[in-house]
Amino acid sequence: MTAYLIALSAIVQRESLRFVHQRGRFLSALVRPLVWLLIFAVGFRSALGLSIIPPYETYITYETYIVPGLCAMVQLFNGMQSSLSLVYDREMGSMRLLLTSPLPRWWLLTSKLLAGTAVSLLQVYAFLAVAAVAGITMPWQGYLLVLPALVLTGMMLGAVGLALSSTIRQLENFAGVMNFVIFPAFFLSSALYPLGKMAESSHLLYRICTSNPFTYAVETIRFALYGQINGAALGWTMLALGLFMLLALWGYDPARGLITRRG
Amino acid sequence: MSSAGFGIQVDRVSYRYAQRVALDKVVLRVESGHFCALLGPNGAGKSTLFALLTRLFVTPQGRIRIAGFDLGDQPRRALARLGVVFQQSTLDLDLTVYRNLRYFAALHGLAGRSAERRIQAALDRVDMRERAGERARELSGGHRRRTEIARALVHAPDVLLLDEPTVGLDAASRASITEQVHTLCSDEGLTVLWATHLVDEVRAQDDLVILHQGRVLRQDLAGRIAGDKPLSEVFLAMTASTS
Repeated sequence: MTAYLIALSAIVQRESLRFVHQRGRFLSALVRPLVWLLIFAVGFRSALGLSIIPPYETYITYETYIVPGLCAMVQLFNGMQSSLSLVYDREMGSMRLLLTSPLPRWWLLTSKLLAGTAVSLLQVYAFLAVAAVAGITMPWQGYLLVLPALVLTGMMLGAVGLALSSTIRQLENFAGVMNFVIFPAFFLSSALYPLGKMAESSHLLYRICTSNPFTYAVETIRFALYGQINGAALGWTMLALGLFMLLALWGYDPARGLITRRG
Repeated sequence: MSSAGFGIQVDRVSYRYAQRVALDKVVLRVESGHFCALLGPNGAGKSTLFALLTRLFVTPQGRIRIAGFDLGDQPRRALARLGVVFQQSTLDLDLTVYRNLRYFAALHGLAGRSAERRIQAALDRVDMRERAGERARELSGGHRRRTEIARALVHAPDVLLLDEPTVGLDAASRASITEQVHTLCSDEGLTVLWATHLVDEVRAQDDLVILHQGRVLRQDLAGRIAGDKPLSEVFLAMTASTS
């Protein structure tokens, strides 16, 4: 068992260190949600009236509403970046190295996922800190209680990236991923607007939003920030994690000729 | 070791990409402690064979054994006996030489004092101990390669695979790395499979496998394959006549 933990801690350390070295990546991971929070949300505040919906017990500002969605967006971006870097740049070499380890492949991929999640936690907490400085705060316990939720959602969104990196060959660059994964996931979810509003406008879009795993990640985070558990959101997030992880394992199964086009 | 005597055994291994046959019933044996050069022009199937040997791919056709362990039945034991130097560098350039090796050791479940000892020993074997604190980015191409060889030795494997390890190096570094790996082989009994398309890296007493268009054309001592002609001439003639 110790060999497993040694490898896990090395993979997490390496990933975190890489992230710290890449200041640009940290900065953009921080600036991206802040732009939404401090510009988009302020402009949007007057256009959108929010009724009281759980977990909120009182009227909240729009900025407060979108914080959980932005946390999830940070994790989604991070999940895509850390997995797709595997495919598109020199990182492929490091994946090869990883996979020649005699530890079982599911453990190596899980470690990789946990490492990416650790990095996403740094980003989310940095974002929450800046948001707090800007006056958008959550109940203080929420900052602690959200941690396990973020670990789960980070793993789930990271698993999406891992599954994509191993199976889809057509996404040739990050712009493609933005257009076909990140934006649809983000806009067709409860990140920017309560789904009740969506249902009033279009039932079809509402149905799509409620089948989007990203919605459940957002809601898991939202409830956790207020010290509550949304059982359905939690369950769907776990299920999605399981499914995407299976897909990733299938994609990285050597019998399928991993990385064939690089061969 | 269940089948002592062979470091690497490849039995009738075939592999195909969607349309193209990359390897066709390849048979290859390297005796323990031997240096075997795998010579083939670009596109001969060397990289595919390496992907199969390192289990990046698996194929239903044929069997591969590393140090006696079947890669299909006991993949983890086989991989534990294997050291690999990939064609493209896989060093983390922002980390020091030591940190790179430390990371790799951890992937093999090694940490603490024992990892430390093994890393120092591996660095000694390629004369890199005094460079341990330098960042990989600051090293020359030749020293980066040596670092990768040291890294592949950290877990004390029986078999070392090198996929065109001298690509992009100057003549002096090429010669010194070729020499160093030959020494590892002769002094420490390491089994080496060295893929290359450069004839001058092969010595007369090395085992030689000539791979062309996914098939093994010859396997014998290099000196015997060459006969009384220069090896380069024989190699060109063999690979030209069948293309």
